[in-house]
Parts: sequence; C-alpha cells; structure tokens
Amino acid sequence: MWAFINKLRSPKWFYAISARLQPWFWALAAILIVTGTVWGLAFAPADYQQGNSFRIIYVHVPAAFLAQSIFVSMAVAGFVFMVWKIKVADMAATVMAPLGAAMTFVSLFSGAVWGVPTWGTWWMWDARLTSMLILLFLYLGVIALRGAFSSRDSGSRAASVLAMVGVINIPIIKYSVEWWYTLHQPATFTVTGRAAMPTEMWVPLLIMVLGFYSFFIALTLMRTRNEILRRESNKRWVRELAQET
Amino acid sequence: MQQESAAVVPRLKEPGEGLALALTATLKRDLVLMLRRRGEVLNPLVFFALVITLFPIGISPDPELLALIAPGLLWVAALLAALLSLDSLFRSDFDDGSLEQLLLAPQPLAALTLAKVAVHWLLTGLPLALMAPVLGIMLALPAGSYLVLAVSLALGSATLSLIGAIGAALTVGLSRGGVLLSLLVLPLYIPVLIFGAGAVQAAIAGDSVSAHLAILGALLAAALMLAPWAIAASLRISING
Amino acid sequence: MMAFNSIAEFIAMGGHAPYVWSSWGVTLFCIVALAWHARFERRQLMNSLKRRERRERAREQQNAVPTSFQSVVERGQHDT
Repeated sequence: MWAFINKLRSPKWFYAISARLQPWFWALAAILIVTGTVWGLAFAPADYQQGNSFRIIYVHVPAAFLAQSIFVSMAVAGFVFMVWKIKVADMAATVMAPLGAAMTFVSLFSGAVWGVPTWGTWWMWDARLTSMLILLFLYLGVIALRGAFSSRDSGSRAASVLAMVGVINIPIIKYSVEWWYTLHQPATFTVTGRAAMPTEMWVPLLIMVLGFYSFFIALTLMRTRNEILRRESNKRWVRELAQET
Repeated sequence: MQQESAAVVPRLKEPGEGLALALTATLKRDLVLMLRRRGEVLNPLVFFALVITLFPIGISPDPELLALIAPGLLWVAALLAALLSLDSLFRSDFDDGSLEQLLLAPQPLAALTLAKVAVHWLLTGLPLALMAPVLGIMLALPAGSYLVLAVSLALGSATLSLIGAIGAALTVGLSRGGVLLSLLVLPLYIPVLIFGAGAVQAAIAGDSVSAHLAILGALLAAALMLAPWAIAASLRISING
Repeated sequence: MMAFNSIAEFIAMGGHAPYVWSSWGVTLFCIVALAWHARFERRQLMNSLKRRERRERAREQQNAVPTSFQSVVERGQHDT
C-alpha cells in the first residue's frame, strides 16, 4: 500500500495510470446516466402527491450527494497534500472545486424549481436548501482563496487549510440549520414523513447517483491530467509526450 | 561594584520553556497596543450602533415589528461588527514584521495566537456584548431577554473571534484580503448565529435558554481546541508565502 | 410499464413540464459542458505544448554549434 502511495508522488505515474482508468469511468458514467435518465423520466411512476415534478429528484439528489462528497474529497486531498506533500493530491483538489460548486448550484436550482409546484414559491428557506446555499459559499471561498495568492504553493496550502476547516464545519452547519428550520417551520408546511419509496422509484435514483459519481471520477481524472500537463510542462516526460504526438 | 538591575530576569532552562511568560507578554503587549489605538477599539461599537439605526429607518419604526426581528438584527449587526474588526487582528503585526518574530518564537504558536485572539475578544466581542442591551432598547426588545442577549453575545463572540482569526490569518498577506475574509468567514459563523439568536428568541418566548447556551458553550469549546492550530498553520502559510 | 401514454403527455409532464425540463436541462447541460470543457482544455494544452516543442527544436537547429574554429572564421569572413 505504501508503494502505491509512493508512486502517487509521481505525477508522471498518475498521468499514465489515469489514462487507462479514465475510459472505463466515462463509459460507466454514460451508461448509468442515460439509463437512469430514461428510467426516471419515462418509466418510473409519478408520485401520487407531487405528480411528475417528483422526477426532479433524479437530478436533485445525485447533485446534492455529489456536492457534499466532493467537498469532503477536496478536504481529504488537501490533508494528503499538507501532510505528505503529494503534489497530485493538490492538483486533484484544485480541479474538484469547480465541479463541486457546479453540482451545488444544480442542486440549489433543481431544489428551488421543485419548490414551485410543491410549495408554490420560488425559494424556500428549508434546511436542505439553506445548507446547500451555505455549502456553495464555502466552495466559492475555497476557489477564491486559492486564486488570491501570487505563489501557487501558498494558495494550495491556504485552500487546503480552508477546505479542512470547512469540512469540519459542514456537519455542524447542517445540524444547526436543521434545528433552526424545525424551530421556525411555518405551520402550513408540515413535513410529512416520506413513505418508503417503492422499488420502481428508488432504483433509477440509485442508478443516477452511481452515474453521477462515475462522472465525478472520470472528470476529475481528466482534469487532473490536464493540471499535470500544465504544472509539469517543463519536465522531460511531458516534452517527449508533446513530441511524439 | 555595579548595581544589579532592578528587573528580575527569569532563568529559563530550555528554549521551549517560559510558556506562561510568553503568554503574559503577548497578552500585555497586545492589550497595550490595542488600547493605544482607541479608534480601532471604538469603531466596531459605533458600527454596531449605526447598523442598528439603519434598520428601523430602512424597514419601519413600528415597535411591534421591530420587537419581532430584534434578536436576529442585534446578532447579525454584532456579528458584522466583529467581522469588521478582524482584519486588524494580525495586519499591523504583519506590516511591521513582529508577526514573523512571533513565528520564530520557541513557544508553540498555537498558544501565542490564543493570547492574541483573547485580547481581541476582550476588546471587541465583550464590549459588543455589553452594548447590545442598550441597542436592544432601541429595537423594542421584549423584557426578560436582555441578560440572555448579553450572555449569548459574550459567549458567541468568543467563538466568532476564534473562527474569524483563522480567516484573518489566511488573508493577512493578501493585498485585498478584507472582502475575501468576509466571504471565507461568514458561512462558518452561521451555526453561532443560529444558536445565539435562538437563545434570545427562546428567552422572549419564555422557554428555557440553557440548551442554546450549552450549545454555544460547546461550539466555543470546540473552537478553543481546534482553531489555534488552524490559525498557526494559516499564519505560517501567509508569512512564508 | 411506461408512465406516459403518449409522447405529448411525456413532454407535458402532467403540467409540470417547465419545472422538470428546466431542472433536467440545467443538470445535463452542466454535465455535458464540464465534460466538453475538460476535453477542450486538454486539446488546448497539448497544442500549445506541441507548438512550444516545434519552436524550440527550430531554434536549436538555427543555433547549431560550429565544429571547428576554421568554420567560425569562414563564417565571419562571409558575413562581412
């Protein structure tokens, strides 16, 4: 295992191995997302309460899961970078942030849009949407901080610290926002306990979630490879790569 | 025969010793420096009062409406005032090089930063907490909540100082760090805001506030344990940049 | 099986069409755009790296090192 981690220190090795892994994850992502889309949009039954707007769940939930997982991954990558000085970890963290922010935005957008037919309003300060909004600000903060430093290494270390501070705060924020919402819940919107979803409803959801995660891995692999090319452009192996193609 | 100087120089056996000495020295130094810059100490308080003045003007002078939103307004305005004062926490030391000296000290940086943040709270958070009830009167804050307002703000502003110091340490080396500081720190402030304002609202409703204050205390404890390390790491990044 | 009886019904989504299609549209647009951007970025990087290689190789050939002092003298005589 340590040999594996030591190999990770070499961007060149990561570049080579990710080239082989990448196509599999892209294929997996494509298959899962297309299947989930078709199933969720056309074949899954409509919710008896919410009708067809229920189908938004098939993009809202995967995006929300991804938004949170990516922040955790970013913080872990930052931690690995700070402790073991593995550059590839920082490169991965750099490319993960915009995707995480995009997924947070998608989750917010779909959640807000979902609210219109369900609650009759374009925005609802409920626990989940509010937590997602705060998460978006955390992402923007990490991205802004990384870019504010003139030295790339300083920016990377600062962003790593912020990501780690943020990841510790995320459960605290979620807990307090949920507490706050249950306290102030307007009387008209009682949260009915969700009845267990029938199989035909949650299987496409699972497929979409897995598809989104595959997409995350595939995209991160590809963008990390780009980042490697960018940062290691003066190394011989990159020059040779540019010469042969 | 030369006279021994009156000052007693403590004999330290190793460089890492003398933590208490270093802490008291840092505390005294920061206190003296901040008290010399009285304007900086008063600024957040004036800002607090101004912001509270803006809201009735911007919304409505109706005391019933104001009473409803007073807990949140007071907390948000105090939070913003505390945020305003964060930038100067490390900046003047950074500019004249004494921050670098602090980094070179043999005593653990985390402990020394704790001393600096303590002074910041003493001269910012605590005065804000003491001033808040006065402003509460202006917002028609219902009776029975004034003490809770002051206590929750005193407790919460300590956490805000600690969390804010992390942001201040991260941005102290940047030229336009001020706005970025707010972006970084405000999302992290939200749990404190929720439970702080919640405590005041509970007091108004006549409910028990012990749960809210207990959680504020827990947040402070967690911040006391974790923040100093983050502040120290951030300071090293900003200086060594 | 199918939740809808006709294509028209499918598109209408029981009256919730704008919500469902806008959510899905934004999501799939983001996914496709991010994937396309990553590929585009790679192509850009490879192209600029290749261009740099070509430039530097051309420069190397221009500055070919002379093999003897004589040829340097000859070259100098030709230039005048």
